[in-house]
Amino acid sequence: MKLHEYQSKTIFAKYGIPIPKGRIAATAVEAKHIAEELGGRVVIKSQVLVGGRGKAGGIKVAKSAAEAEGLAQQILAMEIKGLPVRKVLVDEAAAIEHEIYFAITNDRSAKKPVMIASAEGGIDIEEVAANTPEKIIKVHIDPLLGLRDYQARDIAASIDLPREHWREFSKIAAGLWQAYLETDATLAEINPLVITKDNRLVALDGKMMIDDNAMFRHADLNEMRDIDEEAPAETEARKYGLSYIKLDGNIGCMVNGAGLAMTSMDIVKLFGGEPANFLDIGGGAGSDKVAAAMKIILSDPNVKAVLFNIFGGITRCDEVARGILVAMDEVKPKVPMVVRLVGTNAEEGRQILKDAKMITAETLADAAKKAVEAAR
Amino acid sequence: MSILINKNTRLVVQGITGNEGLFHSTQMLAYGTNLVAGVTPGKGGEWVLDGKVPVFDSVKLAKEATDANATVIFVPARFAPDAMFEAADAGIPLIVCITEGVAVQDMMRVRNYLDQKNVRLVGPNCPGMLTPGESKVGIIPGNIAIPGNIGVVSRSGTLTYEVLYALKLVGMGASTCVGIGGDPVNGTNFIDVLEMFEHDPHTEKVVLIGEIGGTDEDKAAEFIASKMTKPVVSFIAGQTAPPGKRMGHAGAIIEGGAGTAEGKVKALEAAGVKVAKHPEEIPSLLK
Repeated sequence: MKLHEYQSKTIFAKYGIPIPKGRIAATAVEAKHIAEELGGRVVIKSQVLVGGRGKAGGIKVAKSAAEAEGLAQQILAMEIKGLPVRKVLVDEAAAIEHEIYFAITNDRSAKKPVMIASAEGGIDIEEVAANTPEKIIKVHIDPLLGLRDYQARDIAASIDLPREHWREFSKIAAGLWQAYLETDATLAEINPLVITKDNRLVALDGKMMIDDNAMFRHADLNEMRDIDEEAPAETEARKYGLSYIKLDGNIGCMVNGAGLAMTSMDIVKLFGGEPANFLDIGGGAGSDKVAAAMKIILSDPNVKAVLFNIFGGITRCDEVARGILVAMDEVKPKVPMVVRLVGTNAEEGRQILKDAKMITAETLADAAKKAVEAAR
Repeated sequence: MSILINKNTRLVVQGITGNEGLFHSTQMLAYGTNLVAGVTPGKGGEWVLDGKVPVFDSVKLAKEATDANATVIFVPARFAPDAMFEAADAGIPLIVCITEGVAVQDMMRVRNYLDQKNVRLVGPNCPGMLTPGESKVGIIPGNIAIPGNIGVVSRSGTLTYEVLYALKLVGMGASTCVGIGGDPVNGTNFIDVLEMFEHDPHTEKVVLIGEIGGTDEDKAAEFIASKMTKPVVSFIAGQTAPPGKRMGHAGAIIEGGAGTAEGKVKALEAAGVKVAKHPEEIPSLLK
């Protein structure tokens, strides 16, 4: 789950990381009031869950409260990479001396968290990483020990941070580590962490991503989820523990297992079709989950045929077959359905679907071909 | 011959009295797996599966009573890390975790702890392993594979079944099939299994099933090029998947441009691996 900048920075502040004074506004008038409180000179920052907001014109500096109102109005009317701007963050404007990149994320190949820092922070950090990787400092952290103080000092030294800032930087590093740890983040990023003209360290921008698998211990964070920024079908799918991504094709796919779901899409395409979605019903799906999945697929008006490819392991084909019947009874679908059941309880599943009007297939290739034909 | 599991495997099932645990224990026992004990805290002393398998309160007690040498975990995601720590502390050398949805920070702690104890973990979020005709540890349906000389290793679950089934349909069998799981942080990677297959006298050819994301397939390609003498055939899932919603800057910095299906296919082909266009094409590439 991605968090907005303002949400991320609120979490940072809780862990002792200095952030600019500021608040969130949903209207231009609110933005004006906040700017007045902050003394006029402010930054208006669109809050959408995509990168490149600055380059898209979604971040502007205002010299007065009146200008803040005008700019907020403009930005609130924008769409950035297809996402409408619903909120802006109004922050006091900082006088920037220097920009640092500082983040922590999971290094899957090292099986450890890694702190990443660079003296060349800011919006071009990816170019820095690609062109001058030696300017990116990486320090792995033992997940059983946590961040050690010396590691934070080493990072400060490696990015040539002036010594007078080391103590403050170590506090920020410790705060970032704790924030990452206690929220089950997969990413906690400060970019930029600035040294201001009056010689303070401030986290001007923040980005956090939280591990969806850890939500069971973070009910508070789950409330921060911005469902306005998701496709409604994806929100609905998550409610049932399904993973669904809408695509542009016309063949709906319901598959168990992410690898097989991707493969089914690959084969549909190989035989000249276009998948309408990625949908993994997961392991051990019961009939209610299957029924929910089918409704979500059929809610897409582009869908001209549906391919069910179930290879039972932990998922039982008879359960899936029951779910298909329940959903067909409720939704009364008008599009052709191709079904392939193999593996655990496949024979029972086929028996259950015997009287339903479905096209059956033996192999994966056969199923994909039949679905492509049926969609024509 | 086989790798990791065989008829001498003495298996414990953690979470044996749960729905999934009981269902798949029944299947494993029917397949002939030497299932010696179950563990469910609070249910020690009971017997399950028609009185054939004793249940213990802890892995330690189960191991003391049965001399078990492997465990398979079916407990829910929030309890799975504890189950893995428990098995490692009880001295079980092989842990197979089927559970899906374990938090990644939990897995980093588990993996780093298990490495210190020299314990082999397979999974989590994996289908487990199957040595046809000898032992089934996990959820791979037993009837979709026959004994043979092809080693199968896969990051996927159900996609692995497709491949085993496609092999069986043309009379080809597997030495051992290992599902390593698709989670970002897991216990066993491709190279670990490739190395075991390379040294297993009964494995003649290897099938590697990968997918988009991460760099494991690329590392496997390097290993195949430099260390393997046995032929490898592969399939990479996700060749048509749209680029995912990206993970901020840090992900790009860590993994660079790696992770696409196209890149993985290229790396494998450069290592002399035949890459199938779809899973049912694999048997013909093995001939």
